[in-house]
Amino acid sequence: MTPTPLTAWIEGVGFIAPGLPDWASACAVFCEKTALTAAASILPVPSILPPAERRRASRVVKLALAIGLEAAAHAEADISTLATVFSASGADGHNCHALCEQLASDDRQISPTRFHNSVHNAAAGYWGIATKAMAPCQVICAYDASFGAGLLDALGQVVIDQQITLLMAYDSEYPEPLYSKRNVPDCGGVALLLTPEKTARSQARITVSPTSATADTMTNPELEKLRTRIPALRSLPLLQKLARGEAGIICLDYLPPMQLNVDLQPC
Amino acid sequence: MNPLLLSSYTATTSLGHGLDALLAGLREGRSGLQPCAFETVRLDTWIGEVAAVDAEKLPKSLARYDCRNNRLAQLGLEADGFAGRVRAAIARYGKSRVGVFLGTSTSGILQTELAYRQRDPASGALPDDFVYRTTHNFFSLTEFTRDYFGLEGPAMAISTACSSSAKVFAVAARQLASGLIDAAIVGGVDSLCLTTLYGFASLQLTSPTPCRPYDIARDGISVGEGAAFALLERAPDKPPAGSILLLGTGESSDAYHMSAPHPEGLGAKMAMAAALRSAHLNAADIDYINLHGTATPANDAAEGKAVAALFADQVPCSSTKGATGHTLGAAGAVEAIVCALALQHDLLPGSPNTENLDPTIPLQYLTQSRSGKVRHALSNSFGFGGSNCSLVLGVTQ
Repeated sequence: MTPTPLTAWIEGVGFIAPGLPDWASACAVFCEKTALTAAASILPVPSILPPAERRRASRVVKLALAIGLEAAAHAEADISTLATVFSASGADGHNCHALCEQLASDDRQISPTRFHNSVHNAAAGYWGIATKAMAPCQVICAYDASFGAGLLDALGQVVIDQQITLLMAYDSEYPEPLYSKRNVPDCGGVALLLTPEKTARSQARITVSPTSATADTMTNPELEKLRTRIPALRSLPLLQKLARGEAGIICLDYLPPMQLNVDLQPC
Repeated sequence: MNPLLLSSYTATTSLGHGLDALLAGLREGRSGLQPCAFETVRLDTWIGEVAAVDAEKLPKSLARYDCRNNRLAQLGLEADGFAGRVRAAIARYGKSRVGVFLGTSTSGILQTELAYRQRDPASGALPDDFVYRTTHNFFSLTEFTRDYFGLEGPAMAISTACSSSAKVFAVAARQLASGLIDAAIVGGVDSLCLTTLYGFASLQLTSPTPCRPYDIARDGISVGEGAAFALLERAPDKPPAGSILLLGTGESSDAYHMSAPHPEGLGAKMAMAAALRSAHLNAADIDYINLHGTATPANDAAEGKAVAALFADQVPCSSTKGATGHTLGAAGAVEAIVCALALQHDLLPGSPNTENLDPTIPLQYLTQSRSGKVRHALSNSFGFGGSNCSLVLGVTQ
């Protein structure tokens, strides 16, 4: 069969990384208008959640909600209608640590909230409660390849199901002793609102295809460190070109030897 | 959607290893549940444990993946000649043209639970031989399977709690439709661990007896484990008679509560309706429904309302969790394979342990297995966080 190109238009972007609290501040650094200053990631309080869920919202939930809402607002999209793809290299690391610690103790009576927060789709569940979105919601993990995996399924929904889809790729840290085994340093993530048709709000068109080429890297060593240490930020070479309004083909890390070529054409 | 062929499939549950054991168990109305004696777990509940999981030895080159979940995965892959059929497909299409899409809710978390008992008393460090990436991480099962077959194509884990391995069929179908791949290994594996056993107990969702789906006295789930796989390929124009096809997928979100279903089953109804639309079928075309039917009071009441709203009491239906236990992230795939067996053998599976049906749920519920013509079957899977997925399968005449 003739393959259908995996093409979508980007209408909105959400972004959080250490020292980069939103997409506008990331754009300023990508365009070399400001320098990247070392700082911990800032996670906004998810005011969209009802009070009970807001109290239970962990760092990873705050992160996913913040980037998703930023991208949707950027695109002026109706969040209650969006299909969503959540992709993360792990779930809530702090919650996982607390559960494992208690299950290794004499008192194994874990809290029900800890248990339901342990599922990989906790952020997706909170998103649904917050937005009332009943559209399909996919929750993916591919370890360091999680951004590419999420992008592939989001494009599948856009191209095959002709569905406007919000991709949220994000990662959060584990505390010790798991941190020594998996050293994601802080929270970071990107959200892309992807549409099947070009609209007045479209910023760029992307077409993704497999390749065995070597992934692009960031010339700024601090940004390169973020790219390699926070899996969702394997997207940085694409985001930098998008911020600069440049056209071109970017190779992103996925599952070596399979990498993803992204043909980016600004609108 | 364009129909996809399940060119090979297999399932391993507490009823036994492979399809023959599952089919015989379903026909005889047998339950694989036993009082919980797993590891050091002390809970008054029953579980569906797969025999001889820990006797499974991974190949030396894949030793880093060694954990209960991947042992169960290998046991499942090697049943019914499934691995051989996968290798034949790889030879046909190439190692970059076969994708891997697998569901799990807890992956190899048991490995981390055990490692936390062996922390260094001074530093608190985890033992040196504990490898997070290839055991605990949600991707471990998928990466193990990809490496087991030496594949170089797309792969991802889907983890939406108890709908995980139903949703993999939808994900794989999109990539097959786009032409990125020519075949997909789909399925799910979840294995017993302390997190889920103590976790469901903390929510007071585990039953002290073998679970009784749709019974008036139902009082919770029996946690199970399982491994189920299918090889999906684009269906030829005229598949041979007796071919099992994936005809439709439907997904929705409850947007209601983290660990309780929408009381009217609204999300469930949307997922079933979407699956029927995707299959270009009407409710009257469905001959059997494999219910999610966890045997919690809330799930069965909500699902019952949703199914009754779409199908009234016209379609024979049952939950097979009284036979296998709730295999959590593997349930979607296990029960898709139950539907495949129902289609292939004209079997309407019953519901072991269910004795007195809940009279407030107006469904044509099967307590006993019997034969009956099955041309199209629908399978429901719902998960924490309000994640719903329904699949429609059919058999060519």
